[in-house]
Amino acid sequence: MEISIIALPLIASIISGFFGKFIGDRNSEIITSLLVSISAIFSSLVFYEVIINQYQENIIIATWISSGSLEVNWSMKIDPLSSVMLVVVTSVSALVHIYSIGYMSHDPHKPRFMAYLSLFTFAMLMLVTSDNFIQLFFGWEGVGLCSYFLIGFWFKKESANKAAIKAFVVNRVGDFGFALGIFLIFYLFGTVNYSEVFNQISNITDKNLLFLGIKFNSVDLICLLLFIGAMGKSAQILLHTWLPDAMEGPTPVSALIHAATMVTAGVFLVVRCSPIYEYSELALNVITVVGMSTAFFAATVALVQNDIKKIIAYSTCSQLGYMFFATGVGAYNVAMFHLFTHAFFKALLFLGSGSVIHAFKDEQNINYMGGVWKKLPYTYSLMIIGTLALTGFPFLSGFYSKDAIIEFAYLRGNTAGYYAAGIGIFTAFLTSIYSWRLIFKTFHGEYNNKEIKLDETHESPIVMLIPLFLLSIGALFAGFLFKELFIGYEGQNNFWRDSIFFLKPLSTDHPPLWFLLLTPILVTLSIPLSYYLFLKNKSLSEQIANINKPLYHFLLNKWYFDELYDVLFVKPSKKLGLFLWKFFDIKIIDGFGPDGISTMIKKFSVRANKFQSGYIYQYAFVMLLGFSALLTFLIVK
Amino acid sequence: MNFPILSSLILLPSIGALFLFFTRGNKKNNFTTKYVALFTSAVNFFLSIYLWILFDPSTSNFQFVEERIWIEDFINYKVGVDGISILFILLTTFITPLCIISVNNSIKERLSEFLIAVLIMESFMIGVFCSLDLVIFYLFFEAGLIPMFLIIGIWGGARRVYSAFKFFLYTLLGSVLMLVAIITIYWLNGTTDVVELYNSGIDIKYQNLLWLAFFSSFAVKTPMWPVHTWLPDAHVEAPTAGSVLLAAILLKMAGYGFIRFSLGLFPTASEIFTPLIYTLSVIAIIFTSFIALMQEDMKKLIAYSSVAHMGYVTLGIFTIQQQGIEGSIIQMISHGLVSAALFLCVGVVYDRMHSRLINTYGGIVSIIPKYSILFMLFTLAALGLPGTSGFVGEFLILMGAFKDNFLVAVIASIGVIIGAAYMLWLYKRVVFGKLVNTNLRQMFDLNRSELFILSCLAVPTLFFGFYPDPLINTIEVSISDLINQYNFKLASQI
Repeated sequence: MEISIIALPLIASIISGFFGKFIGDRNSEIITSLLVSISAIFSSLVFYEVIINQYQENIIIATWISSGSLEVNWSMKIDPLSSVMLVVVTSVSALVHIYSIGYMSHDPHKPRFMAYLSLFTFAMLMLVTSDNFIQLFFGWEGVGLCSYFLIGFWFKKESANKAAIKAFVVNRVGDFGFALGIFLIFYLFGTVNYSEVFNQISNITDKNLLFLGIKFNSVDLICLLLFIGAMGKSAQILLHTWLPDAMEGPTPVSALIHAATMVTAGVFLVVRCSPIYEYSELALNVITVVGMSTAFFAATVALVQNDIKKIIAYSTCSQLGYMFFATGVGAYNVAMFHLFTHAFFKALLFLGSGSVIHAFKDEQNINYMGGVWKKLPYTYSLMIIGTLALTGFPFLSGFYSKDAIIEFAYLRGNTAGYYAAGIGIFTAFLTSIYSWRLIFKTFHGEYNNKEIKLDETHESPIVMLIPLFLLSIGALFAGFLFKELFIGYEGQNNFWRDSIFFLKPLSTDHPPLWFLLLTPILVTLSIPLSYYLFLKNKSLSEQIANINKPLYHFLLNKWYFDELYDVLFVKPSKKLGLFLWKFFDIKIIDGFGPDGISTMIKKFSVRANKFQSGYIYQYAFVMLLGFSALLTFLIVK
Repeated sequence: MNFPILSSLILLPSIGALFLFFTRGNKKNNFTTKYVALFTSAVNFFLSIYLWILFDPSTSNFQFVEERIWIEDFINYKVGVDGISILFILLTTFITPLCIISVNNSIKERLSEFLIAVLIMESFMIGVFCSLDLVIFYLFFEAGLIPMFLIIGIWGGARRVYSAFKFFLYTLLGSVLMLVAIITIYWLNGTTDVVELYNSGIDIKYQNLLWLAFFSSFAVKTPMWPVHTWLPDAHVEAPTAGSVLLAAILLKMAGYGFIRFSLGLFPTASEIFTPLIYTLSVIAIIFTSFIALMQEDMKKLIAYSSVAHMGYVTLGIFTIQQQGIEGSIIQMISHGLVSAALFLCVGVVYDRMHSRLINTYGGIVSIIPKYSILFMLFTLAALGLPGTSGFVGEFLILMGAFKDNFLVAVIASIGVIIGAAYMLWLYKRVVFGKLVNTNLRQMFDLNRSELFILSCLAVPTLFFGFYPDPLINTIEVSISDLINQYNFKLASQI
């Protein structure tokens, strides 16, 4: 049963991908959705077993690479951590499959789309169930590949193709760090299996490495290198630029890959490697700072964006930042909890926005929407639930997980922790504002679309609403129901067992009451505030933007990261390529090498030719010259 | 085992070529000509599979050894295989029949002469990979140039003569020095038998110069930076089948030579020159990757990417780590499959549109979907995606390199990023996007033979990506023994 969880999506993908033409669109949609749903049911059973019976297993499927001391297996590791990921991945994936039947109903390439979705699910499952770093890397690049395929799904769109390549290449930058981390692990431990690495970690905490004359602590270095990989995949600041562009893909893809599952792989990696990270204070602080900066940066950008999907994309980026700084302050279980709840409400928001886009016939700009809440009652109310959950409105799922992160940051007790808590609260406030801005601009106010008549907008079909409805249940109750299990305060944490390692047990203190109340109050207050700003008195928000024009443009252009990278990396690479080719290869190497030599030989032979004139008297003259020279030489001697 | 299986492998294609030589001239015969060639090379392929089955991977000794006196007290014809060479023989016998199938799409004139050249080349290549005598090795190594020279010079494109001469001069220049080195070795040790030389070792005083002489030949053939500029020109002008042979097999001779001779015969010198190899490899990886990024000609792009990939190979070999050398051999096999497939992919669209320029194409995915899928697979293998054979090789090489030298591994890993960029960008510009050039609408998808060839290459690319064990098993013992010998000789200063 365990293996079929992974195998079913792969089979679904093969059937739909290769035989989609023969079995028809509808059949491939049904088969893929069905097989992934079965996989989701099996995953829930495994999750249940893990909770109730402390089930734990490491299944070896086959050998993959064995070279010298390197042994890598295809494996399936089931423990609390991977079982949580199994449930998240397969259930969201199953819902997205079903939703896509409705969303992609006008697309001519349905089997291909479903095949990619299932293939992605397979790769993601390989990633989370791996028992070694190299299979993890396989899944890691595999999900990247599927993301590439799906972002560029509408292959005729130039922007989609560009975004797809950007996503892959930026991720490769992260993978570069990740791969070096794996090499370093193999170098230090002689193995890449988690359990063996984690067992030996305490032996090498004092070991230093020299690189370019600089001394590095080996554990710090491993952690930082792995974290570079995590930054790429989870779109953390500096390596985040691909995620907003990835919204070129169909919306179900954004929900599954760029919100609920793939982008959380980085968080999963850090949590999985908690036995290593716990020994590196430096890496944890770096993670805290990066996570916090991302959370803040993405929230500020989301405030001014006008594309409905880009707002949610930046919001995802920001929430991933929260998860990272949770791991940075050592609260791995809280990070996993936020990952879990986030999967539900963010997928809900994305699918909801897909429903809106569907209603507006592919319009994504929220300035051209508005006033449709009565026309889209279900989408509207479900989006409200998602927004409330995201902002951390009391007693919805985001409330439990996000507030817990801020609390643990506070309880960490060091500067980074306090700083993170402060930024966390402020970002929560920003989150709330931009989320409500989205809701108000999309659903309320006047109807702003000139191309489509209000009457033509329509609620989505039932096949799209059911997944939304199921996700909204998760968004409403997942926090409340699983709070004790994931981050229970009482005594030893039984659920996670040894899948998460704490060097020092987490603090069980409670922060002061004012601190606990601060975030919920801010979040609640922001609802009327954004109502006033974006609906009641629109001119005010425009005035603010006008007064702070530079700041507004700075935010609108996403802090100019894309432009900066273009100047720093993309253009120089192209110039360097041209230089190395046209100048170095052609002018220098060929010019002095084969071409130069052959022209030289030609010149010489032209000269040599002139000697052979064929005139006897010239030859005789030269002979005479030589003879007299020889004679002179002999006489003088 | 009395049946001379290796000699049969070497001779069989030549016999086929001889047969073609006597029956050529009749134009109507083209059909039978092709089938004779195909039959010969297919039989050879199955023979080599049989060889692989009989091969005992648990020992590093040479197997199926045949020895005959050629010139008394001087040259013996001696052949044999070990784990290092057998995979290259398989690669050769596997690629050749596919090349022969591919010719009916690209070669329109002098078909039987072309096939003769291909078959003779197969003979020579197999000879290179199993000769155990330096002189025999040299003969095969150099003779392989001739059919390739003819293939480029006769069946090539517009600038074929320039390219053919560039190719010939470059490679010959290096080889002359190798010949001198071989003669020197004969003077020093009184034999050119590789096994005896392995055992006796070569005087340290001469190792450096001898190593450099061999290096000059291998570096050109690899090709290493900065003697790589013949390769893009040769590829651009060569017909598809010629490019395939060149990329898949010819380039591997040098990698094989480095392992067999540079490491095996001159360990002390190899140790001294490792920094040189590292530097050139890393430069090759980075420089040519950037150059590949800017190419406008598909074949040139893939040619430059080959230089980068071979940079990984040379890097891996001189790590003297189990992972590094194994990775190098797997990378060579993988590159043999993948680059062959990529050149064939270019050939497919070239046969239809007669253009190799990237900007001729764009938006062909819905016109020729089967082609697009297979092309995508090989693109991914070329950029080293896990699950393809390209990943296993590259990853093992970098792992081995990391053990030996951090800096080199770090810089070489950057090549992986650029590699993804140029391959995906190539694919995007050719296959995706809007259909601008309306002539492309007339393109038809892969015909049966093209589909067959590309599938034949796709299957091992994927299979060895998920299960490289058959390859690693074959080479493991030979390589660990090579490394032990190397370290032993280094320690005892032989």
